[in-house]
Amino acid sequence: MDYSWIQIAVAAVFLSVVITLVLSRGYGWLSPTFWRNAAVVSSLIMLFILMWLTFDTTEKVRPGAGQVPTWTVINHEIGLTWDAKKRRQVPVVGEKTGFFGKVYGPAEAYALINKGKMTLQSRNCMECHQILGNGAYFAPDLTRSWLDPWWEQRVMPMVGADSHEAAMKKWLMNPDKYPQGKRRMPNLHFTDEEATALVAFLKWMSAIDTNGFPPRFGVAE
Amino acid sequence: MSTFALRQPGELYESQKLAIWYFVVAVALFGAQIIFGLLLAYQYIDPDFLYQKLSFMTNRTVHLNAMIVWLLVGMMGGVYWFLPVETGREVVGIKLAKFIWWVIVAGVSVVVLVYLLVQIGPGNAFTLWFINEGREYVEAPRWADIAIVAWVAIFLFNVIATALAARRITGLLGVLIFDLVALGALYTAGMHYTVNVTMDQYLWWWVVHLWVEATWEVLVGVVMGWSLMYLLGTPRKLIETWLFLEVALVFGTGILGLGHHYFWIGTPEYWIGLGGFFSALEPLPLVAMVVHAVYDSGAHRMHTVNKPALFWAITQAFGNFIGAGVWGFMQTLPQINMYSHGTQLAAAHGHFSFFGAYVGTVLTLVYIAVQHLRPRIQIPLNSKLWSWAWGLLVFGIIAIVASFTISGFAQTMIERAELGSTWNAFIRSYTHPWYTNTHWWRFWAGVLFLLGYVLLVWDLMTIGRKPATEGAYD
Repeated sequence: MDYSWIQIAVAAVFLSVVITLVLSRGYGWLSPTFWRNAAVVSSLIMLFILMWLTFDTTEKVRPGAGQVPTWTVINHEIGLTWDAKKRRQVPVVGEKTGFFGKVYGPAEAYALINKGKMTLQSRNCMECHQILGNGAYFAPDLTRSWLDPWWEQRVMPMVGADSHEAAMKKWLMNPDKYPQGKRRMPNLHFTDEEATALVAFLKWMSAIDTNGFPPRFGVAE
Repeated sequence: MSTFALRQPGELYESQKLAIWYFVVAVALFGAQIIFGLLLAYQYIDPDFLYQKLSFMTNRTVHLNAMIVWLLVGMMGGVYWFLPVETGREVVGIKLAKFIWWVIVAGVSVVVLVYLLVQIGPGNAFTLWFINEGREYVEAPRWADIAIVAWVAIFLFNVIATALAARRITGLLGVLIFDLVALGALYTAGMHYTVNVTMDQYLWWWVVHLWVEATWEVLVGVVMGWSLMYLLGTPRKLIETWLFLEVALVFGTGILGLGHHYFWIGTPEYWIGLGGFFSALEPLPLVAMVVHAVYDSGAHRMHTVNKPALFWAITQAFGNFIGAGVWGFMQTLPQINMYSHGTQLAAAHGHFSFFGAYVGTVLTLVYIAVQHLRPRIQIPLNSKLWSWAWGLLVFGIIAIVASFTISGFAQTMIERAELGSTWNAFIRSYTHPWYTNTHWWRFWAGVLFLLGYVLLVWDLMTIGRKPATEGAYD
């Protein structure tokens, strides 16, 4: 799409006003007819623009097309870097290191992340945590949870795991045994398969370019 | 005096009798929402309270779902109340409406019992269909989603068929039909599973935002229009002109205002500008509603047939503007939202706006219906108790919102701006005294709110039984 947000916004408002005025010739601005026309015209124009932007957005958020990564990103190291031009952090994909010691093909990676997403929904994670900033504000935002330094600094030695993903998995399966802070996560009885899949989903999500949210992730630590 | 004839209990339309059932269930679920809200408030103080039995996640699900259902049920009840008055005839398909209503009541009971007793399920489609969909606001399992769509479809049929049978399409009815079609269609956007979490949230907001910030606001405009005609005798032409203006502004700003939910979910950058621009304009219709309400009540020097309903209507206008408009604007621009998004500030806005926009509306409707429940209709309807209930509910919500706002400021600064948004930063923000001090405030404010609710129910059960002292409240 070759239009800036300002062009779209100005066009939307301009079209709504002009078409309303043309349709309402002969009616004063205090008459019901004038405002009925305004209501119908503005609703339809905004709806039309939303539809058009939805087609554009749907293309742009396909995994691998732009800000949303491909499924196989879970085979790679992931990090954040400061983009001086955009003045915000952007995810970077590093070398291929595998996930739990295995390199996943596209279909396998998709199936694993799909299982992770189902697990996330079935355990009602959003009713404490936030996913991409949306949720219940009682537990940490999970958008960048894979990248959290807390796993290496504190959880790995605590649960006795030898890798980042193993630490996450072991902790997720026993959160009641390893409390962090005052609020404890309940034990949600993940199976081994579900826990692996959930970690894969969280790793994939951490590589989404979220326009810089959450801000300054890990910078101050 | 009112343009509507005041009908005795024996003269109510079947549709109005159904509306009373809607209101009874709505007020009962309001109670459930408050009880589970208090449990949540206590779990902020002591996170180990009911840990792994009724954990925060379970209570939050019930708190949130009870709210959505009671507010929607209350507004639909308002339509069933006013529809026969507007069309001058019984609602077409009333038997079907009664049937689906009891199906929905049974369905909601099953859904809540499953939330409380089963809580979670295995990570597969079975859980999404029968236990919990795991997406905030639309947690209802898929079978319940289908029941809800059937319910809205029958409701829409009632409205359209009644208008056609009466050969009468007023501006209010036209807007209502237009709005209900959109409301029903939008709900289906939330019944879609996709693994791509960005696309998932893109469509999820079509339900959540385009319900509460667009179609619900217009539904409020319709039922409050009828309410003002009843309460103050405002001429139809004035009501309909304001309603059209509100629809133009609500849909004109709210549809693309949707973009303020697309800042940080992996969608293209143009949403930052579009969402910021249009959502900054979203308070405009709310200002219009305040002007309208103040003008109308002033023009009638507050003379009305129903004091509590008029007070709740005015509370609605101001509450909607302050809660949705001011508290929303406070954090909608991307420059601040990047830091405040997903903090306690969002909860502050949520509590204030739902109370202002929707609780005020439904309680206005409930008090209007109550006026017709007792054998001798009291004009104006009045009591001492309602003003105490009103005062405690309004004070309670303001104190709850103040607590959330203060902890939200602390969290935004400490977790996001200072410490860099990590798990440790989160823990350090929620253990900071600026945050923890507010836990007790919101709990006790919640207790006052509950007391207000108890007085409200007491008043609803007793008001109008004996004549009020004439002139005492005029």
